[in-house]
Parts: sequence; C-alpha cells; structure tokens
Amino acid sequence: MESFQLLFHGFATVVQPFNLMVMVVGIVLGIIIGVLPGLGGANGVAILLPLTFTMSPTSAIIMLSCIYWGALFGGAITSVLFNIPGEPWSVATTFDGYPMAQHGQASEALTAAFTSSFVGALFAVLVITFVAPLVAAFALEFGPAEFFAVQFLAFASFIGLGRGSPFKTLTAMMIGFALAAVGLDTVTGSLRMTFGSTELLRGFGFLIAVIGLFGISEILQTMEESLTLKGKDAKINLKVVLQTWKALPRYWVTFIRSVVVGCWMGITPAGATPASFMSYGLAKRFSKEGDQFGQGKIEGVVAPETAAHAAGTSALLPMITLGIPGSPTAAVLLSGLLIWGLQPGPLLFLEQKEFVWSLIASMYLGNVVGLLIVLTTVPWMAAILRIPFSIIGPVILVFCAIGAYTVNNAAVDIIFMMMFGVIGYVLKKLDYPLAPLVLALVLGDMAEASFRQAMLMSQGALAIFWSNPLVSSISGLGLLMLFWPALTWARERLRGLVAPRPAPTKPA
Amino acid sequence: MFLMEWLVAIACMAFGAVVMWDSLRVGAGWAFDGPQAGYFPFYVGLLICASSVVTLVQVVLRRIGRRDRLFATWEQLWRVSEVLIPSMVYVLAIPWLGIYVPTALFIAWFMWRIGKYGAAKILPAALGVPVLTFLTFEVWFKLPLPKGPVESLIGY
Repeated sequence: MESFQLLFHGFATVVQPFNLMVMVVGIVLGIIIGVLPGLGGANGVAILLPLTFTMSPTSAIIMLSCIYWGALFGGAITSVLFNIPGEPWSVATTFDGYPMAQHGQASEALTAAFTSSFVGALFAVLVITFVAPLVAAFALEFGPAEFFAVQFLAFASFIGLGRGSPFKTLTAMMIGFALAAVGLDTVTGSLRMTFGSTELLRGFGFLIAVIGLFGISEILQTMEESLTLKGKDAKINLKVVLQTWKALPRYWVTFIRSVVVGCWMGITPAGATPASFMSYGLAKRFSKEGDQFGQGKIEGVVAPETAAHAAGTSALLPMITLGIPGSPTAAVLLSGLLIWGLQPGPLLFLEQKEFVWSLIASMYLGNVVGLLIVLTTVPWMAAILRIPFSIIGPVILVFCAIGAYTVNNAAVDIIFMMMFGVIGYVLKKLDYPLAPLVLALVLGDMAEASFRQAMLMSQGALAIFWSNPLVSSISGLGLLMLFWPALTWARERLRGLVAPRPAPTKPA
Repeated sequence: MFLMEWLVAIACMAFGAVVMWDSLRVGAGWAFDGPQAGYFPFYVGLLICASSVVTLVQVVLRRIGRRDRLFATWEQLWRVSEVLIPSMVYVLAIPWLGIYVPTALFIAWFMWRIGKYGAAKILPAALGVPVLTFLTFEVWFKLPLPKGPVESLIGY
C-alpha cells in the first residue's frame, strides 16, 4: 500500500513543531473568523493568504486549511448561542440549535454540533484518502476535451443543484468568466477589456474579488440589520460532553445519511450550504418525530453540521485531484497553490507527493485538534461576539483592505475590493449566487485554455466533446445538470395538466 | 425590489454587451492558428445578455398581480451608507496617505459616530490597531504596507 506509506510520511511532516504551531494558530484564527460576522471562511482565508508567502507550501497549506476547519467549527457557536449563523452553512443549525440553547441545553447542542462536524469531516477525509489517488490517476488520461467537459459539468451542477433562479446563477457565473478574461491574453498576446487602462492589464485579482464580494458586502449587510446581540451563555464541562457522546450513536442513520449528502454535494461544487439544508430536510422527513424539528431536536443539529463539514472537507477532493475547487474557500486555497508555484491538477499527486499527503494528514490531525480547541474555548469565543460591531466592524474592514493590498502590493486593488463589495451587496440582496461567480473567476483562464486546446484539436468542431465514451458521458452528465431545472419545470407542468393543482403548501 | 431587479438586469445586459463588443474588437472568429482572443469571451457575453433578458422577463411577469417586496427600507439604506461612505473615503485616502493614518481616523470616526464612545475608549483602539498592524505585517511578516507623508516624517 503505497498510499499508506505516503500518508505516514505526511503525518511525520505535520507533527514537526513548526507545522503543529501553524496548525493551532490556523484553527484558532479560523474559529474567530467563523464566529465574527463579516468574516467568513473564503475571505478570511483570502485575507490571511499573504501571510503565508514566506512559508514553505506545505506549512502554508496546513495553516490555510486549518483556518478553514476552524471556520467550519466556529460557525456553529454563533448559531447555537446567538441564533446568528456566523457562516451561511450554519443557518440550518440555528433551526434546532438555538431552541436547545433556549431550553438550557446550549452545551449539549454545542457538543453535538462539534462532534457531528468532526464525524462529517473524518468521513470526508477517509473518502479523500481512498478516492483521491484513484481520481488523480484516472484524470492523468484526460486531454483538454475531458478537462473542459469536467469543468462544464462542475458549472452545470451549479445550475442543476442551485436553489435560486437558474438564470441568475448563469448570469453570475458568466460575469465571473468575463471578469477572468480581462487583461492580457497569454495565448494571442492581445489585450482584452482593458480599455487602455494599465491597472486592468493584470486582470481582476481573484482574491480581491473574494474579499470584496464576501467580506465587504457582509459588513454592509450586518450594518443594515443593526445587530444587537443577545446570546445565551455556555460552558462546556466534561460531564455534559460525555453524556452527549453517549447519546449520539443512537443517530447513526442520520450520521450516515448526512455524510453521504455532504460528500456528494461537496465533490460536485454545490458546497456546504445547500448540503446542510438538504441534510436537515431529509432528517426531518425520515425522522419519526419529524414534527418536533425546529423546537430543539438534537438530530436537527447533528444532520446539518455533519453534512456541512463533510461537504466543506470533500470540496478539497476535486481541488487537489482535478484543480477544480468544490467551494469558494477551496477556490481560495487553489489560488494559493498557484501563488506558491504549484500547478493544481492530477500531476500534483505525482510530482508533489509530500505536499498532497501532508495536506491529507493535516486534515485528520487538524480536525482532532480543532474539536479539542473548540470544545475548550467556547466561552472565550462567545465573548468575542459581545464586542460591539462599532468596534469590530471597522477593524474587519481594515483587515480586508490590508489583505487586498498585500496580494499584489497595489493600492488600487483596495478600491477594486470596495467596488466588488458594493456589487456583492446588491447581488446578494437580489439572490444572485456569488459562489459560481467566484469559481468562474478563478477557473476562467483554465477553462478557456482547455476549451481552446480542444477546439484546436478538432478544428473548431464541438463534436470533440462527444468523441469518445469518457468525454461523452461527462458532457452528457453536464447537459443533464444544465437542463435539470427545465426538466423539473416541465414535469411539474405536465403533472399540473393531468392532476388538479394542489393547494399551495407552506415553505418548509 | 422590482426597480432594483430591473436596474441590475439591465446593468448585466450592458456589461454583457461590452464584453461582446470588446471580443469582436479583438476578433471572435477563427484565425489561421486557431481561435482568436475573443472567441470564448464573446459567447460568455452573449450568455450574460441572454440570461439577463430572461430574468427581466421573469421580473415583469411576476410583477403582475403581486405586491412588491422591499429591497431595503430608507432606515436600512441610511445605516448602510453610514458605513459605506466613510469606507469609500478611507479606501480613496490610502493611496495618498498610506494605510496607518487613515486607519486610525477611520476607526475613531466609526466608534465616535456609530458606537457613541468617549475619547477614553476611542484613542486606545484607534491608535492600537495601526500599531499592532505595523508590528504584525512590517516587522514580523516583513510585508510592506502603503505609507504616506506622515510615515516618511518618522523615517519609514
């Protein structure tokens, strides 16, 4: 078993003192990021990315991925104690987590949330350990046509699995592709959409867009809601933890279902947020006491947290094997790889064995360490939330500005960041999804390059995407995803013609 | 809400049109050595326009017989502008004054106007954040941040 040997080497790298320190720092920062409104996983990692420029790629990825794990854990704290989701993927956790806190079961809810997160992540890492090398080996056979087909499938999944209007998803995604095309075209050397401006020559920085779209817009939205935080207190002691752990195995069916949902949604780029909602919905439907959901059922905490963490973790699988991130945060990590000089894609598994397996090993260890840290630091993290927003708000904005500046050492990027922030605020209010925009922005150049190469091979015939069984099945799946909303719409219409229209149901 | 939907959809269409126009400028066809620079972006622009048209039509159709949902109340917009305008000023000041002085002023202004704090709380926060930033970024991580006339007076 070569993989196991490599994994042990990975562990050996991770337990070096410096890497362990970086891991703990990353997790603590991540939990803080997850707790604070206006700082999410994606833009938190983006802001801190410049700090890793001087580290080795392995330490850098350990730190950044641990920030991500920390943010996934931290989101649950605010959901349970304050009824405010610190992250979009913990919205579903508030449904039952906050009622539990109101009934004085805050510690049980938090223990259940953290433990479920841990279980979800652990299974996702196991999936990555066993499946990723196979996917990478398989993907080595891919040509440009296959790569473009996979990218097409990834983006079509946004449309097929998205919750909002498919046309708005398409608009947002294409805006991302258009912004990615701005600047010098490396193939032909011509300038695209720069309109004579030298500032646009470099194109739009992906990290700057992330910080603006996710960070600044979040601050604006928080201001709009003028948060007054009234939270519950929680102090987790060992007795409660052990009691909750004793009760949790009863929900093994919920765990398994949520892990499957999470891994599936994470690998296809639907992401952690829809995964948590879907898992909550399924748990409610299959539970014998489904009508008690929303009043403080522990299952209602277990299901979304397990799925969100499984999705968040497995989003790294397509990132390290195919170079296609499964979530905005994974996209930020991907752009980190490019900055550190690593080429994402299947070759990573062959050429950067140490890097890849250290990352996987750090996922195991990072989640164990993360669980311990988060269980012990809950009271302090809750205290951070009590700092008024009029102090924390401007400080977050300052950090966003510093993060945007340090990417390219360009002050003009801070102004771009602000513009992206306003755009993000408006788009979010109108239910345009931001994740496809961001993923298109980071993948735009790669997708275009593989499309062009494929077109070159076929002399401009789209038939190349149907030229062999492999590429045809990927393209076919992509088309199915793309037209999925249309198919459901047509089915509902047909049913409406046959059967009398059912009474409008209340949204769940 | 409808007004905003309209405006955003039209803005997207305009953006898509610009993308298409610029792609045609650099050539969206097939040259002797393969696809031209505008080949891929042209269709991207086309899709932006097409999907925005559908969104626009949907908004119009939905409008018939339904009450509008508010985009934001005036009060909300006021609160947003209370952050947005000073942030804009802050961001525009950075290229001229460096990052440290605007940061101190920005935090002080924010705490004074929105938090209604007294000088005893404002001063340590407004001075502490830039100093900590300096120590973390310039001293520890050796990442230079923008500096202006005040910093050059001190000797940086």
